[in-house]
Amino acid sequence: MMRTGLSALWSHWRRNPLQLFTLVAGLALATALWSGVQAVNAEARASYDAAAATLGDGQYDQLLPERGDLIAQKTFIALRRAGWLVGPVVEGRIGAPDNRVRLVGLDPLTTPSGLGPLGDAATTGLPDYLEQLPVYANAATAAKLEGLLNTPVVIDADIAPDTAITDISVAQRLLGMDVQLSRLIVAPVQPIGRPPLAEIAPDLIRRPAQGGGDVGRLTDSFHLNLTAFGLLSFAVGIFIVHGAIGLVFEQRRGMVRTLRALGMPLNRLIVLMAAELLALALLGGVVGVLLGYLIAASLLPDVAATIEGLYGAQVSGTLQLRPAWWLSGLAISVLGTGLAAAGALVGIARMPLLASAKPRAWATARGTARRLQAMGSLALLAVAGLLALAGEGLIMGFGLLGCLLIGAALLLPPVLDRVLAGAQRLATNVTAQWFWADTRQQLPGLSLALMALLLAMAANIGVSTMVSSFRLTFTGFLDQRLASELYVTTESAAQTAAFEAFVADPARETLPLLSVDTTLADLPAELYGARIGATYRENWVLLAQAPDVWTRVAEQQALIVNEQLARRAGLWVGDDLTIGTGLALPIAGIVGDYGNPIGQAIVAEPLFRDLYPEVEALSFGVRSETPQALRESLIEEFGLPAQNITDQAQIKAFSLSVFERTFTVTAALNVLTLAVAAFAIFMSLLTLATMRLPQLAPAWALGLTRRRLGQLELVRAVVLAALTALCALPLGLALAWVLLAVVNVEAFGWRLPMFLFPLDYLTLALFALVAAVIAATLPARRLARTPPSDLLKVFANER
Amino acid sequence: MNVKILITFLLLPVCAVAQGFAGLGTQAEGFAMPAPAPQFDFPADHGAHPDYRIEWWYLTANMTGPDGTPYGLQWTLFRSALAPETTEGWDSPQIWFGHAAVTTPEAHFATERYARGGIGQAGVQADPFTAWIDEWQLAGTGIDRLRLTASGPDFAYDVALEAQGPLVFHGDGGYSVKSAQGQASYYYSQPFFELAGTITLPTGKVDVTGTAWLDREWSSQPLAADQTGWDWFSLSFDTGNKLMGFRLRQSDGSYYTSGTWITPDGHTTALPDGSFDAEPLATTAVAGRDIPTRWRVQVPSRDVDTIVEAVNPQSWMDLSVPYWEGPVRMVGGASGVGYLEMTGYE
Amino acid sequence: MLLSVKALAKSYPGADGPVPVLRHVDLAMQAGETLALTGESGSGKSTILHLVGGLDTADSGEILLDGHDMTRLDDKGRAAMRRDAVGIVFQQFNLIPSLDVAANIAFQARLAGRYDPHATQDLAEALGLTAQMAKYPEQLSGGQQQRVAIARALAVRPRIILADEPTGNLDETTAEDVLDQMLALVAGTGAALMMVTHSRGLAARMERQVHLRQGTLE
Repeated sequence: MMRTGLSALWSHWRRNPLQLFTLVAGLALATALWSGVQAVNAEARASYDAAAATLGDGQYDQLLPERGDLIAQKTFIALRRAGWLVGPVVEGRIGAPDNRVRLVGLDPLTTPSGLGPLGDAATTGLPDYLEQLPVYANAATAAKLEGLLNTPVVIDADIAPDTAITDISVAQRLLGMDVQLSRLIVAPVQPIGRPPLAEIAPDLIRRPAQGGGDVGRLTDSFHLNLTAFGLLSFAVGIFIVHGAIGLVFEQRRGMVRTLRALGMPLNRLIVLMAAELLALALLGGVVGVLLGYLIAASLLPDVAATIEGLYGAQVSGTLQLRPAWWLSGLAISVLGTGLAAAGALVGIARMPLLASAKPRAWATARGTARRLQAMGSLALLAVAGLLALAGEGLIMGFGLLGCLLIGAALLLPPVLDRVLAGAQRLATNVTAQWFWADTRQQLPGLSLALMALLLAMAANIGVSTMVSSFRLTFTGFLDQRLASELYVTTESAAQTAAFEAFVADPARETLPLLSVDTTLADLPAELYGARIGATYRENWVLLAQAPDVWTRVAEQQALIVNEQLARRAGLWVGDDLTIGTGLALPIAGIVGDYGNPIGQAIVAEPLFRDLYPEVEALSFGVRSETPQALRESLIEEFGLPAQNITDQAQIKAFSLSVFERTFTVTAALNVLTLAVAAFAIFMSLLTLATMRLPQLAPAWALGLTRRRLGQLELVRAVVLAALTALCALPLGLALAWVLLAVVNVEAFGWRLPMFLFPLDYLTLALFALVAAVIAATLPARRLARTPPSDLLKVFANER
Repeated sequence: MNVKILITFLLLPVCAVAQGFAGLGTQAEGFAMPAPAPQFDFPADHGAHPDYRIEWWYLTANMTGPDGTPYGLQWTLFRSALAPETTEGWDSPQIWFGHAAVTTPEAHFATERYARGGIGQAGVQADPFTAWIDEWQLAGTGIDRLRLTASGPDFAYDVALEAQGPLVFHGDGGYSVKSAQGQASYYYSQPFFELAGTITLPTGKVDVTGTAWLDREWSSQPLAADQTGWDWFSLSFDTGNKLMGFRLRQSDGSYYTSGTWITPDGHTTALPDGSFDAEPLATTAVAGRDIPTRWRVQVPSRDVDTIVEAVNPQSWMDLSVPYWEGPVRMVGGASGVGYLEMTGYE
Repeated sequence: MLLSVKALAKSYPGADGPVPVLRHVDLAMQAGETLALTGESGSGKSTILHLVGGLDTADSGEILLDGHDMTRLDDKGRAAMRRDAVGIVFQQFNLIPSLDVAANIAFQARLAGRYDPHATQDLAEALGLTAQMAKYPEQLSGGQQQRVAIARALAVRPRIILADEPTGNLDETTAEDVLDQMLALVAGTGAALMMVTHSRGLAARMERQVHLRQGTLE
């Protein structure tokens, strides 16, 4: 019986290969976009997690030699015996000159846990580890190490490219660095009562942790973009699948009735159909994962370049097929199919045995169903509104996004219906009237594809608005923060004094970077001492400010806080903030501080030096009209190493190039999602074409040419796409607002100002129209060439 | 006498053998084994014995502040050997672990350190006596006069110790049997330290005085495989008598007990299996498990029948190998103070 | 002469080459005349109707309708003829589902630029459709749908009305009513009526009957 049932079900697909293709292709596209984006995300994250973990950069403070690149092992022991919890790192390159591998040696017993595979070795399997002393590397690196080592190589995909990690003893031996170390990692938690570093190891300097810095947060934003895109793309794909499944189930109502009438139990039928869908979902999933792999592989070089820009040469440009990733791709395909098919299966389960088997796919959905849909969508939008007003937390932010998008998508068909009804009333020409009425009649069949288009366009508008706003804001922020032409790092207090004397010039501003980690308003924060001059007064853009803000700060009567601190502590201009030991100053300004997770307060330099006399500035911004000349004299006359001087233009150009990369990726995804939506329209039109003959045949018989009907089909697609585009604009802007003003605030603590890009939106709308025209061309041409005999078949079964 | 840690450290190489890693099995064979009727050689035996697999220097102290508040401190240096040898450099098979804790009636602070032997980060030198890991140190001219320092993220201590009595030897002259199958260790103590110094807490420094108890123990295989946990008591009665007693819990629900009765002048009597008894009376929810924090301790041969209660029931050592260890006081049947360690409560 | 069909031939592609449906048909109709086309299933009677109405193209032969040779017209010309000169009533799916009854009735007349609201109103009244004007086709009974189709065909004031089994989907009583109304109204407009039917009873009500057998008139 199973076999008979299956062959009956399967016969439908044999007779409707287009539907089968639509279903599988829809699933494959949804899975592909989702898993492609996930792969890119996962690969990028893995890359810089590995990089950060390997280096200890980012996460931890480090001790580096002030001169040279070696630290005596006895200095490490002296620091440990003085209560400094530091972990040794040995680092060097091995292998052939053109194929070098960075070898990093760590001590698992003193390395902070979580720092690569060795960080965990102390608590798990230490004896095995010490017995074997393996080298950890990813597969590509392991291949390069072939024959170089006599220790076992353990493949670990999480290790940064071209990097091998091993025990410190192995690394010292391989690198010929007996009793020598490269640097020390400072554990984040230290015992109380340690002597200062200068007493134990005066020749070491401490480099603060860079984790959570500007760029780190930036990449988080970048990934948030990608993830949002992935989700929306998936939603678009699921709309297609839902449409295809709904159609198939409608068309098979007759078959279901017959099968049941012939004695097939309903339960078994449902199981059969579910199994059939599962098989299709897996098929679509496999194809989708393969496509996703292609998408990811083609996008990854750009993403890798982006990340490389942010993190230096630590990124793998090649994609690994991680099982977790392709399994999740299959899972999401099955899950999506289940989601899309649940309603249809329930419908079949509830269908009375003797119900009409007439397909309803293009039946006019006037009345209850449409009202219910409108009410549901309004309810969702109301929830979205409530969440926007009252909700808190990142989950709420995504909940808001979900409610907004689904609510808006559901509202689209009723809105379009009203608009078309209005157009029909206004039309005077009979062809136009018929056109509008017929378009309206088409809505139920096209609404899923249109919803997909709506979501795709809204996602494009939303995400590109976010990215562009981000770029504008950040460019401005860079101008403000990187106002100095040169950035100079000194290495000791003595050098600092000499440097300040050397560059002293009334016409030149030297801006020390004085900061201390502290607690402000019960939140971890940084306090900065600023040498207030023209640079601050002219370049800094404040989000809110009191009169004479810089003068009052300079006179030590006020301070400035960043937006993060202001928002988290619930403070604003005019409120008092206590710094240091009980000194309360009013807030005179709020500064936008994009990409920084931590709160900051800025006071005048003299006040800072009073409060923290022990803090020395080791970094300076120097304003200069002739930065190149100054740089040369600093190197040659003052004797500062060249790597201690950074050219501001370089940093800025570099940061901006990172954004360009981000744009490349975003633009590529834009095109892909729109293509998916266009595909949805194409498939819907193609499916509808055969079912629409009874609607079109009378109009043709009464005197409209097939050519004219074909033209009108094309116009119809354009009109619907244009109307959808109109609806997508406010939705996309709302989406951008949620991303910028809600999700971003919840995720990172700062709100990005939103900029509008009307030209971009217009381009996008044109693009959508072109996509609609392309999607409608083939069905329209087919209609224009339908043989009259096919049209005539509508009127009678007999010739 | 930190059994859980001991089990963990000892089982690791066994697992390695089970997983078939070459060499470890034969190396395990190569470790020296404790033998009855030991002849100790001091001060050399205060130092490390790298040819034994496991060893520790374990100090606990009951203290009071100026206002009579009871405090406890613990300091332990463990040595675990992967092979019965010692070499210079990172390759040394000797691994060192340190645990330090301070207990107040309201709070318990604990922290740990790791180090590899052979590079000078940790070790023990017999004469002049110095046991150290990082900046933690137990050192003095001899084992009778010591200074102990340690610090963690939220506490520190710096105390001087002066012995008021002789070393005492457990079991058969320092040969302490740990199971009916004959697993054993070398085990002696200095239970007569008087202590004075300061402890630093988040609330500030506190001057303290009190008594301390140092355990020295080393072995290569002191436990049987079916022993799952351990309740260990070191008690100092106000009469001047002292009692060391432990109960090794076996997986079948039975116990193996052992102990030493110590008179004020340092005279010892071994308490064979069954002649020391400790019975839990009440438990406290600690770190998601129930831990007995009120005990009835009995030594019938000495007319001892006392109720022992934790000073701070939450004395949980939340370290990579977690266990309970903290000061106790007698609240019935006798008076005095002591230390309790409990392991293997999952 | 309103309609003159000469040597009309038409075949449809089949599995084993073209299947001839009409072999050689000659036929003529005067203005205002009513004619019944009868024949077996597949005899080609609907095809004659389609070719005359410009709905399909002949393989050979000549169809002169109101002075226009339908076989020489292109798609656009045939559409214009359908719009201006022909009214059609088919067995099913006559109506445009997206338009209400009023719009359906007016549709062809407005396409032809010949819309007269009063005449349309009169037609609707005559056919008993006034209460249904705001309804959509799917809300009507079969008989009502056919009445709407008849009203639409008449509203354009065509030269000829082509009806293909117009009552084929209706029960006997309704069929009689619909036919009566149609004949009465057609008579009033002066249009010719060519009706395909397999019912001898219906055919008998036409002024002339021709019988088709294997693609030729008997």
